[in-house]
Amino acid sequence: MKSMKLSSVAFAAMLVAVACTPGAGTPTTGPTTGGGDPTGTAPSGSPDMSPDTAPSGSPDMSPDTAPSGSPDMSPDMSPDGPPSGEFGTVEVASGQPIKLGTALVITTADADLGTDSQYGAQVAAEIKGQVLGHDIEFVFQDDQCSTEGGTTAAQALVSDPQIVAVIGTSCSSAGIPAAQITSDAGILMVSPSNTAPSLTAPETHEEFYARTAHNDTVQGAAMATYACEELGAETAATVHDGSAYAEQLQQVFADEFVAQCDGRITRQEAVAPTDTDMRTVLTTIAADPPDLLYYPIFTAGGALMTQQARQTSGLEDTDLAGADGMQSPTFLEAAGDAALGIYASGPDLAFAGDFYSDEFLPAYEELSGSASPLSSFHAHAFDAANMIFQAIEDSATENADGSLTIDRVALRDAFFAIEGFEGITGNLSCNETGDCADPAISVAVVAPVADAGDDCGASTGEVCFQRIWPED
Amino acid sequence: MRFLSRPERLTRLGVILWALRIALIVFVLAGSYATLSGASGLVLSPEGWRDLVITGIAQGSVYALIALGYTLVYGILFMINFAHGEIFTAGAFTGFFVAVALAEEGIMEANPVLGIVILLLSSMITSMIVAVLLERIAYRPLRRAPRLVPLITAIGASLVLQYSFRGIYGSGVRMVPLPDAIQGRVEILGIPILRSQLIVVIAAVGLMFALYYLVEKTRTGRSMRAVSEDKEVAGLMGINVDRTIATTFAIGGSLAGAAGVLYVFIFNQVSFAMGFLPGIKAFTAAVLGGIGNIVGAMLGGLTLGILESIGPFLLLSGFGVPSTNQLRDVIAFSMLVIVLIFRPYGILGRKES
Repeated sequence: MKSMKLSSVAFAAMLVAVACTPGAGTPTTGPTTGGGDPTGTAPSGSPDMSPDTAPSGSPDMSPDTAPSGSPDMSPDMSPDGPPSGEFGTVEVASGQPIKLGTALVITTADADLGTDSQYGAQVAAEIKGQVLGHDIEFVFQDDQCSTEGGTTAAQALVSDPQIVAVIGTSCSSAGIPAAQITSDAGILMVSPSNTAPSLTAPETHEEFYARTAHNDTVQGAAMATYACEELGAETAATVHDGSAYAEQLQQVFADEFVAQCDGRITRQEAVAPTDTDMRTVLTTIAADPPDLLYYPIFTAGGALMTQQARQTSGLEDTDLAGADGMQSPTFLEAAGDAALGIYASGPDLAFAGDFYSDEFLPAYEELSGSASPLSSFHAHAFDAANMIFQAIEDSATENADGSLTIDRVALRDAFFAIEGFEGITGNLSCNETGDCADPAISVAVVAPVADAGDDCGASTGEVCFQRIWPED
Repeated sequence: MRFLSRPERLTRLGVILWALRIALIVFVLAGSYATLSGASGLVLSPEGWRDLVITGIAQGSVYALIALGYTLVYGILFMINFAHGEIFTAGAFTGFFVAVALAEEGIMEANPVLGIVILLLSSMITSMIVAVLLERIAYRPLRRAPRLVPLITAIGASLVLQYSFRGIYGSGVRMVPLPDAIQGRVEILGIPILRSQLIVVIAAVGLMFALYYLVEKTRTGRSMRAVSEDKEVAGLMGINVDRTIATTFAIGGSLAGAAGVLYVFIFNQVSFAMGFLPGIKAFTAAVLGGIGNIVGAMLGGLTLGILESIGPFLLLSGFGVPSTNQLRDVIAFSMLVIVLIFRPYGILGRKES
């Protein structure tokens, strides 16, 4: 009897541990500042506010509108978006900054991805200086590249009524709940790096969500083209990690590989994001060795997959390829020599124009202290921030006392109406489901810096992602 | 509550359990048959199966080494040391730093055997120190507290250690430089095996034999067994109970440190949260083998490793389930439940009177 009790205690304890202890990431990390301003500086109790603006912390809203924190939507929302005033306004008092939230992955193994975007947004604010006479202030949240992280970050941001718009999320898995939460609160959210097709698909698009990153329908198709035209692959296998990004991207690739190249998909496999043993997956894939193995997953899993694929008998002649989630120095460091020669699709950073190299990159390097970009989406974040600034300028009302009234719905409409925006990443125009990118996809190969020279993207100083396709 | 003890109710529970057992056996047989007969069109070559089993044995050896730490501590204190996974992480990080240093000095390439021994020893010592300090700081003051208290402390200690690693080493994933000597394959009886896996299995088996000898044949082992039987009587017989418990933690910790290095040999990576999942899996292995039983922990670890490796493909792919490997953890933890249905005290566990 005694030991029965003991084992039930042990079992209960295990369940508690599983419930409480984090795997890869944890919701216990609160708002983290990524080398910028501290968070949560609401203009509370500032003495120089004119008497007719809001008292500290509370949003100055007309009494008939819902507070922005509560999802108090009218059920009869029109398909063209909610009527103006539906979600209230943000009142920015004279001399107070405009607050923008970010929800990017700034911890965990994928921190490069989000930190890179965060620097991009900060550079945009630095170069812009002021919007309609107000400074720009960021509140940094961490999306942890997970559904839970995205939910926590978005909830923290919508609970602050002064947040005008959100730049985020980094990962599509985080973006799906975050888009819903911000849209329910009527807050514009623009992602610099969500690429999963479902986020902007007509049936699943959230009203206040837009992105400056490419849609993976483009990236998957480009990789398929490269696979058959340049690599001459006739068979391919894919692996995803259950994340929205990886699962949807490998599916687009698989469909396009069959459609474009008349290729054959040997297997579509999956791992868990916390898996370290990829050999079992690789062994089952090696039962019918493909010409190309495509695993568009993230840094930690991608590095393990790369190393173990090199050791799997049967896969010696298989080309390996990943995608933009892996294009970071962390991946190169974690994979080591095994990374040499693997391919990765991603946004084409061979930007036209001198602004990127002469103004953006020096500012970025000063902020990050890193000689090369950490990942591929800083320019998309820069463009996202600037488009938000433009939408604020287009929609905000400047009051006589120097304060600013920003109607949330008008801001969203102004953003979605942007056409022909000249950004670093190209000429951006938003469609009705929030796809704003001017998508250009390139393929890079991991090569020594000595050989790659100027074509280097993310780099460790010794090896880097060398852009090889398309040719200019 | 009284109706629960009525015999016919118990019989009904028994019938349900038996039905469950039979259903499980049918499921396992049907799944295996469907996969092996190639009903779903997916066939794995004999070499493929062999590679899966070898992978499973290597992974299982690491689980077994960690599981021994759980089982030793449970055997003596009847508590689950949930911070054991973090002791494992401490060993892996030590292995990482020592491996970087050895690679810079060129010792790793010049004399790989010496390099591996240095790696193992330094990690075992670090983990031993962490484990003994943990016992001294977090558990000894609670020796007389109710049983749930040290358990909660263990979970807290686990988080403290994990986030200390994060604070000290950052949240990134780092690659461990390994010498060429433990990369590539070597042929044993005509079977090509990854050198890293071979080293892991040899080292793990050696350590397990050493532990078995220590516990069964030495004075220290005898006092450990005495304390495990009855702390108070052992104390009256002149055994220093506190020191014996500390020794137990030290042994368990050094095994976890060795497991950390061996894990690094297989997976080449370290990160701050790396101990969590292996810790939970090893706990599962310890329960699977019969917690408190040393041979059981070894057996449980190997069983879990092999099941994890071949289980998803063998049991599920025959039914046409796609991407079976994603369900590996489901298989692993289901196995725990299944084994406990058949043998509530684990494979080698004995019912305590």
